[in-house]
Amino acid sequence: MSKPFTPSVITANALLEGDVIYQTPFGWTRALEEAEVLLDEAHADLRMIEASAQAGHVVGVYLAEVALDGAIPRPIHFREDFRATGPSNYAHGKQERAAQEHI
Amino acid sequence: MYHYTDFDAAFLKERNAQFRAQVERRIDGSLTEDEFKPLRLMNGLYLQLHAYMLRVAIPYGTLNSAQMDTLAMIADKWDKGYGHFTTRQNIQYNWPELRDVPDMLDALGAVNMHAIQTSGNTIRNVTADHFAGAAADEVADPRPIAELIRQWSTDHPEFQFLPRKFKVAVSGASADRAVIKAHDIGLQIVEQDGEIGYKVIIGGGLGRTPMIGKVLYDFVKSEDLLPALEAIVSVYNLLGRRDNKYKARIKITVHENGIEDIRARVDARYKLIRPQFTGVDQQMLSRIEADFAVPQFKTATEAPYHHARQHDPLFKSWSDTNLTEHRAPGYAIVSISLKAHGKTPGDASSSQMRIMAGLAKRYGHDELRISHEQNVILPHVHKSDLPSVYAALKAAGLGTANIGLISDIIACPGMDYCALATARSIPIAQEIATHFDALKLEHEVGPLKIKISGCINACGHHHVGHIGILGLDRAGVENYQIMLGGDGTEDAQIGERAGPGFSADEIIPAVERIVMAYLDLRSDPSETFLQAYRRLGLAPFKAALYPQKQASAA
Repeated sequence: MSKPFTPSVITANALLEGDVIYQTPFGWTRALEEAEVLLDEAHADLRMIEASAQAGHVVGVYLAEVALDGAIPRPIHFREDFRATGPSNYAHGKQERAAQEHI
Repeated sequence: MYHYTDFDAAFLKERNAQFRAQVERRIDGSLTEDEFKPLRLMNGLYLQLHAYMLRVAIPYGTLNSAQMDTLAMIADKWDKGYGHFTTRQNIQYNWPELRDVPDMLDALGAVNMHAIQTSGNTIRNVTADHFAGAAADEVADPRPIAELIRQWSTDHPEFQFLPRKFKVAVSGASADRAVIKAHDIGLQIVEQDGEIGYKVIIGGGLGRTPMIGKVLYDFVKSEDLLPALEAIVSVYNLLGRRDNKYKARIKITVHENGIEDIRARVDARYKLIRPQFTGVDQQMLSRIEADFAVPQFKTATEAPYHHARQHDPLFKSWSDTNLTEHRAPGYAIVSISLKAHGKTPGDASSSQMRIMAGLAKRYGHDELRISHEQNVILPHVHKSDLPSVYAALKAAGLGTANIGLISDIIACPGMDYCALATARSIPIAQEIATHFDALKLEHEVGPLKIKISGCINACGHHHVGHIGILGLDRAGVENYQIMLGGDGTEDAQIGERAGPGFSADEIIPAVERIVMAYLDLRSDPSETFLQAYRRLGLAPFKAALYPQKQASAA
């Protein structure tokens, strides 16, 4: 029996800024919490094909496994945690934007 | 300092214009990412974890103040106000946007700088001893030949698609401060019967399969060096493996075929191509050498220096650790630490860059160097000016007295930035530095080189650290392996793996156990960590590192 499919999101980098982005049902978001969570493999495959077809705007599309906090996706692997947050030595990247939005 | 000719300037302008058009074609959809990626890499542009990263070459680590000021301006205008100096004497900007990169390259071009061949399977930025032209123990300045190699290798039509990247380092002294034995080609300037020539070492490298380079030729005459290099890279280009990325570096080619076989092939190739080198390269070298003329050193009293050492304990401590003997009487080489305790190794803010540039201009014959150990050097400062230099550095957070000590850590960007990393490096370096600073043990411990890499590719040179730390991903958790006894100097040695790795929480106490063991084990305070390790071997350090195992075995 094959391994059960782990809930996943589709992620990539934005072509112009390089920023980490996630696919939503309506396009792309910069926030992991807003990403579309894919629960079965067939649907994920289809969405990957659609995401990869947008090569004019996004770079390096792949599936990243997530844990579900209610309906909200959270990173499983620490690499995805850093991508969703930013570096640990300066408050740059997504955490910087999040802090600004808070103010 | 090399000054671009009209040819150099025209070449760079054209190259930058080409890249500008390539970026435009990528953005308008005419180029796919697969088509664009090799083009951007050829121009130093990576896509990392959070953003693009532009890697700018600082050939043989040499800069003038105008170039350093431009690096600061670029950091402010197109990045986040800082830059990261790397183990290959480059500077990396971590946050550029794609549309801005052509403008950044034009700004670099205006001060004779570029990002060409800082990535891709080409001959990379040629590195050199960061004390070049100043060190008291130097046979000759390695920078002119490094510049000639830069010109020869830049856009060399035969070597744009090598099996893998190719790194060259040059040292002008027998003391190796450029890690030449861990490069694809390491060159050491040597003197034989009054003639200057080159010892040629090939097949060194760290990464997945660390190897110490092997001597290919003991002495190559100056006029024969470029054809010899061309023959080596040419043989590698054909013989190097393209079937397996992990076996594609020349170290594997040399290892699999043997140095004798490689020498025979290089000799044959050399014989074939030598007649094509008609001496033009030597004419160019003479012109380059004139650009690197020794500065007009001044004579002045050293009294202010001695006075400051007597009356200012902080200055004394700094001058004990951060100065190196200069060849000119009354002068010193100043190492500016980019390793303030708790800060990111190798990072400098734009204001710090401007301060260092200003000091170079005012006190340092307008010269700066970047070391592979991620510090900045003022190579020529008269001792009478040192108190003023130190005061300015201290005020800018650049006065840390720790060169060669436990907190002078090499660390790659690791998973805080790098797409290849398997774990973080920077926070480990920050914690080690602050931990030993709090213990006030740094000066007691003495010379100790810690080098940290966040993946097996070993940008942080962990194999040649006295204590090397390798960050790995073990089942989704950061895990740190320790290597001991490595050495990146003329006595180059790959460290030995100490045993199982440690979690991020365990690694600082683990390093502390090693350091405490050294303090207990050393014969006297003058015996350095590396000397003690060489005398005693791994066993007593391993026992300190894994006390539980010892207890359960007893």
